[in-house]
Amino acid sequence: MMLDDNSPLVRIRDLQMHFPIYSGLFRRQTGAVKAVDGVSFDIQRGETLGLVGESGCGKSTCGRAVLRLYDITGGSVEIDGVEISQTSQSDLRAMRPTMQMVFQDPQASLNPRMTVEAIIREPLDEHTSMSRDEKAAKVAELMDAVGLNRAFAKRYPHAFSGGQRQRIGIARALALNPKFIVCDEPIAALDVSIQAQVVNLLEDLQEQFGLTYLFISHDLSMVRHIANRIAVMYLGKVVELAPRGPLYDVPLHPYTRALLSAVPEPDPSKAQTRQRVVLQGDVPSPANPPQGCNFCTRCPAVMDVCKRIDPTFQEVEPGRFVACHLYENHASETEKAEAHANQQGS
Amino acid sequence: MTDRTANPALPAGDPTPVAPVKDRNQWWDVWDQFRSHKGAMAGLIFLLGITLFCLIGPWLWGLDPAKLDIRNKDLRPIINALWGAENVSWAHPFGTDNLGRDIMAQTMQGGRISLAVGWTAMILAILIGTFVGVIAGYFPRLDGVLMRLTDLFLALPLLPLLLVMMLLFRDPLRAAFGPEQGIFILIVIGIGITSWMQTARIVRGDVLALKEREYVLAARSIGTPSRRVITRHLLPNVLSPIMVSATLGLATAIITESAISFLGLGFPPDYPTWGKLLADAVPRMVSFPERVVWPGLAISLTVLAVNYIGDGLRDALDPRIRGL
Repeated sequence: MMLDDNSPLVRIRDLQMHFPIYSGLFRRQTGAVKAVDGVSFDIQRGETLGLVGESGCGKSTCGRAVLRLYDITGGSVEIDGVEISQTSQSDLRAMRPTMQMVFQDPQASLNPRMTVEAIIREPLDEHTSMSRDEKAAKVAELMDAVGLNRAFAKRYPHAFSGGQRQRIGIARALALNPKFIVCDEPIAALDVSIQAQVVNLLEDLQEQFGLTYLFISHDLSMVRHIANRIAVMYLGKVVELAPRGPLYDVPLHPYTRALLSAVPEPDPSKAQTRQRVVLQGDVPSPANPPQGCNFCTRCPAVMDVCKRIDPTFQEVEPGRFVACHLYENHASETEKAEAHANQQGS
Repeated sequence: MTDRTANPALPAGDPTPVAPVKDRNQWWDVWDQFRSHKGAMAGLIFLLGITLFCLIGPWLWGLDPAKLDIRNKDLRPIINALWGAENVSWAHPFGTDNLGRDIMAQTMQGGRISLAVGWTAMILAILIGTFVGVIAGYFPRLDGVLMRLTDLFLALPLLPLLLVMMLLFRDPLRAAFGPEQGIFILIVIGIGITSWMQTARIVRGDVLALKEREYVLAARSIGTPSRRVITRHLLPNVLSPIMVSATLGLATAIITESAISFLGLGFPPDYPTWGKLLADAVPRMVSFPERVVWPGLAISLTVLAVNYIGDGLRDALDPRIRGL
């Protein structure tokens, strides 16, 4: 299945992941939590796509659904040219070496009863027919690659620090030479100095092995450092997808603006003059999202049309996608002007 | 142990290499931890002792536990000689019962049966319980059915059920395996299939919690099939509750066997078990307390020893407590 190198490694179209809600006497399905509701993006080979958004917006679910750790509700997932959205879990097993995952909590993602060697060896046990010695050699090699002392192979995860545990998790993800790794907030549980180490390690490994990352995080400055392109999620939908530079310089979607304005500005003189966009209210429940645009309940630039019609996710500039009526052609000029005025005022 | 700061992706650059730990079998670490638990060691020594006492004892002692010796009936234990009791004999250090049977020989013979019944029934119950619990916890589709089955078994009254089992199966089993062997199989199966429910519930609860842990998700993202997720990730982590219910299960099995023997449903009357010795001695307990004490002591000390061993094993098998 050789495809030319220009084709994206990962193609997600209209991905939906709904979790049913059962209630009442007969446990009938009365609704669904729309954790991911129509997400589309591509990831090019060797690229890092950052996926950001606030807690509970569906980032992690999206990452897991892309790897088909869930049985998705709808949409298409194509990895390395293979459509896997409807493949059964047993058939997916053969695909697993291509796509791996690094988990958020390095404490919880390592089995406390297995030695480091056994943890890193597990993918090899499952997918290769190497001999014991070959596996041990490969494990030692992987431990070197992630900067762990190979003398620690026989120890248990609880004897390691958070950063070291995350390295163990990364070594496990690397064991099968994957092409695509979903990093599900790999640095959220680490302290700041270790965060930098782990992110640098991920970047070095990307260079060394030609990896492609989907980097899920809520840390905007870290995403800015590592990602080539960034997708911003809000309540199960991608509201903006743009290359790193333009997104941080000129955010288009009102939610992206609000999110970016929450990042602390290190320069005090700039920090004093900058305007913060403070969002009012809470995120609506994904079980009962508002009609129209999901963001219309909190948007500083809300228009009438936002409460009726869900904006389409469209390309407004080359490589920049946004789902907002402000950038849709059918929004009348007056409404736009009004909205801008509102926003300035707020 | 510190994280290295300089270029972590470079291979093998650790400036302070730790001397490679010599490849030592991990079971030695388990044994070291187990040895540090004094109660567990005492329990292990006692259990080995009483097992040898029951297994090798009759062979060394040589007295037939069923042999009647009316002239030497109602002998007191030899220890009574200390305060000048007359009716003692070195030939019967534990004393004899009202028919002149040697109590020590009976205790040995009874221990064989009781320990065999206890261990086999406990292992059977743990196997069934763990299997049902893991399957119910891991596969939500089977959860309802299996847990209702567990409830059904919990609601069954044990003794009437065993009574019916005895009535229905005693004769065919006796014919097939001989009188003792047949009853043994019947009692073991009877106890086994009526005492797995607690284990199943505990294991199910633990599996329900464990299967949502990230390392199980990680195993699935690697492509580990369910059966190996269960054996590699779930079972080692539910070991502690299984161990606890196993130790309790052994005690319950020994005691249930005594209850059945007491009711006359178990082994033939001339066939001693600890439970039956106890039951036989109860009517004359006031005059001959030692006849209750010997089997009672054997049952309770065995149960205590197994509890301690279970405790020690649970600690020894947990790498966090082992401190590695």
